[in-house]
Amino acid sequence: MLFERLDFALHAGEMLQIAGPNGSGKTSLLRLLAGLMQPTEGEIRLAGKPLAEQRGELTRNLLWVGHAAGIKGLLSPEENLAWLCALHTPESREAIWRALEAVGLRGFEDVPCHTLSAGQQRRVALARLYLDAPPLWVLDEPFTALDKHGVAQLEEHLARHCEQGGMVVLTTHHSLTRKPAGYRELDLAQAGSTADE
Amino acid sequence: MSNVFTQLLSREARLLFRRPAELLNPLVFFAIVVALFPLAVGPESKLLETLSPGLVWVAALLAVLLSLDGLFRSDFEDGSLEQWVLSPHPLPLLVLAKVLAHWLFSGLALVLLAPLLALMLGLPARCLPVLLLSLLLGTPILSLLGAVGAALTVGLKRGGLLLALLILPLYIPVLILGSGALQAALQGLPAVGQLLWLASLTALAVTLTPFAIAAGLTISVGE
Repeated sequence: MLFERLDFALHAGEMLQIAGPNGSGKTSLLRLLAGLMQPTEGEIRLAGKPLAEQRGELTRNLLWVGHAAGIKGLLSPEENLAWLCALHTPESREAIWRALEAVGLRGFEDVPCHTLSAGQQRRVALARLYLDAPPLWVLDEPFTALDKHGVAQLEEHLARHCEQGGMVVLTTHHSLTRKPAGYRELDLAQAGSTADE
Repeated sequence: MSNVFTQLLSREARLLFRRPAELLNPLVFFAIVVALFPLAVGPESKLLETLSPGLVWVAALLAVLLSLDGLFRSDFEDGSLEQWVLSPHPLPLLVLAKVLAHWLFSGLALVLLAPLLALMLGLPARCLPVLLLSLLLGTPILSLLGAVGAALTVGLKRGGLLLALLILPLYIPVLILGSGALQAALQGLPAVGQLLWLASLTALAVTLTPFAIAAGLTISVGE
């Protein structure tokens, strides 16, 4: 069993950082929360009802950026974003260009993503957060491969999202410098004893 | 909803045309397999003519199977499938568009190449309409059924052989009907019966397999 006695809730405006050593199940917990995996025991509720019955509600409100973020190397950043947005709500070309500019990829809109660096590819994935995004963000290691400036900018953006009533669940080994009011940390290494509510 | 369907089609088309080897490999494979038979059994035209319906169909079937192994692999590895599963749009619709795109660009090319190869084997030209029609109705079933297997084996490291073992038995009815139609045409008999059966199987596959493919992908992504 991966977790025992794990109990927590997330409300609007809160940010939850899941911490723990490698292999402690951070990614698995995120995948459970996103509904990609089903728990063998226990329950996850969304707005009071079991997650499994809330598929439509979940997919409308969730933005998931996994470790592999669904960016195609053969497509350009613009094409990638246009498709990822079309899966939720289609966005105009202008909005996508603005989002790419916000993550510092101006001038790279039309080049194939496989020619970009790892950090730039991560920025393409994170540009979704600058579009008309759903309220609940579940991000697996979003700071990977980002430079110092990128990290600071993303921290600021996440905090601001929470302050506007959004929710963020993320895993990262890096300690955040800009924390919103609703910030909490869940350490899976101690989760067995410190149940969180 | 129809918007996401056309967007997916154009995305798939872009991806395929930017890596044309994936399009061409099954076609070249098809041509080589058919070309091997005259070399192996000798160029006696009577024998080849009798064998040609079966040969063309078996070669087409293997070529489709070969092209399907990678159908979902890159989407699985780069995390695209997770995004599909978590999209508010119904997953069966998305996978139907994906398989349709795959069939339009590889299956249809196979259908168009087949008459040339059949003539090479000595199939009389009067049988070509039945050949074309049977492949046109049959290859979508091959793609859709194969996609079910591809969805289930996408998470495995070496899913290729397992895919063949899973899917080839399911191809038997299509093979019997398709080559049967051609055999009938070769003997100057009407092939309408077999073709209608193929058409009904196509309708069945288009309506039912997207749900099986979606379920398979959800399982593969959830592991």
